[in-house]
Amino acid sequence: MSTQTIIDVIGLTKSFGAMEVLKGITLSLERSQVTCIIGPSGSGKSTLLRCMAFLETYDSGRVEIEGRLLGYVEKNGKRRMAKPSETASVRRNVGFVFQHFNLWPHMTALENVAKPLWLAAGCDKVEARSRGMAALDRVGLREKADLYPAQLSGGQQQRVGIARTLAKEPHIILFDEPTSALDPEIVGEVLQVMRSLADDGMTMAVVTHEMGFAAQVADRVAFIDEGVISAVGSPQDVFKNTDNPRLNRFLKNFFDRNVFWTN
Amino acid sequence: MMFDYTILTSNWREIFDGICLSLELWLGGSLLGLVLGLALATVHHYGDFIVRALIAAYVGIFRGTPLLIQLFVLYYGGPSFGLVLSPVAAGLIGLTIYGSAQFVEIFRAGFAAIGPGQIEAAKMSGLGAMQTLWHIQIPQMLLIILPSLVNMMVIMTKETAILSVISIPELTAVMSGIGASTYAFAETLFALAAFYWVLLEGVSAVGRLAENRVSRYLAK
Repeated sequence: MSTQTIIDVIGLTKSFGAMEVLKGITLSLERSQVTCIIGPSGSGKSTLLRCMAFLETYDSGRVEIEGRLLGYVEKNGKRRMAKPSETASVRRNVGFVFQHFNLWPHMTALENVAKPLWLAAGCDKVEARSRGMAALDRVGLREKADLYPAQLSGGQQQRVGIARTLAKEPHIILFDEPTSALDPEIVGEVLQVMRSLADDGMTMAVVTHEMGFAAQVADRVAFIDEGVISAVGSPQDVFKNTDNPRLNRFLKNFFDRNVFWTN
Repeated sequence: MMFDYTILTSNWREIFDGICLSLELWLGGSLLGLVLGLALATVHHYGDFIVRALIAAYVGIFRGTPLLIQLFVLYYGGPSFGLVLSPVAAGLIGLTIYGSAQFVEIFRAGFAAIGPGQIEAAKMSGLGAMQTLWHIQIPQMLLIILPSLVNMMVIMTKETAILSVISIPELTAVMSGIGASTYAFAETLFALAAFYWVLLEGVSAVGRLAENRVSRYLAK
């Protein structure tokens, strides 16, 4: 077998107060695969992604990153919360791209990308700068390196966000609705960058409402509904050959909304 | 009535010393207050509920009572507790404590205004808590609070005048003294008001300049 699991999610549950958001999710993300996670708002798909980076704690089940348990330490069958430094070490190779970019507004595009390299990744400033420029180049923004986030368009800001993640050379990138905050005509430039990362073999998990992207780029699509994975498979299986009624209703809503020309 | 400038010029040395002392106390009290306020706000940000309650009590006491009373307690009440201070030391400590209590609140609001996504991005970039505080949270907090900070600096400028009540020879005390001995109240009080007004305009202008400079980060 040439496949290798980067993130393994096993029986994951998560509640916010009395509300159970994830009700036992099992999903593994394999090397060089693109997994798109789709589903209605409030279905738990963003929470799942955030648990995979331990931006949210989880209640039971496991998130393993390349075989190491994320967020908790187990001893004699008991579990305690890991120290921040332990968690940081386990998720060292996980990148995360946010819906609202979360660029640091007081730093230039290049500083956003390069500063973590010398603060956290042990690069000297010269190396951090050159790796930062390479990452910006990868997303087509080399010439915007010295601009501040406020001087960039939303699409450019998100590409800087992707460059910041790429610069740490992750083994997997988690995208949390990366185009949902963008104007429709700008969505394409971000998807283009993501598509080219997929072509280069980057392992990706993408929570998205971009069904076209999921159909064209994903190796696997998971449909989450009310906290469980209610369908998973190839885009063909999920989009065309499904007899899952809730999935069909979800897809029909998208389809109807996007039909704009009929003969 | 004539406006007699010679009252001011013949006492220039005393007035100059008063101005220097006023400025020193203002800058010293403000800077120490800022540092103490930032330290307390940072501790508050990370502290448990006991630490937070203590800081809230500190802020409540020193924001909830007039600076005038605080100075009286410190300077005239201090010796009862074995705390004997020179007027200038008492004034500086008083200003520092009073300022820090105001600055804590400003800083605290600034920290709270930073979106959680900023810190999540730092986490995912591998930054530790102290690095996040120093490189992400404090710079952004300073940007957010700049207008309130300038405003508070302006207030601190005026508060130095109160120090005259514990016999510190800063400008207000000097001018009242000259006024009382020469009966030239109009000249001295007018000059005094003019001094504070010029200083305040200066502080405000510097504040506006700083705000313009940082506004590029906050556009959008």
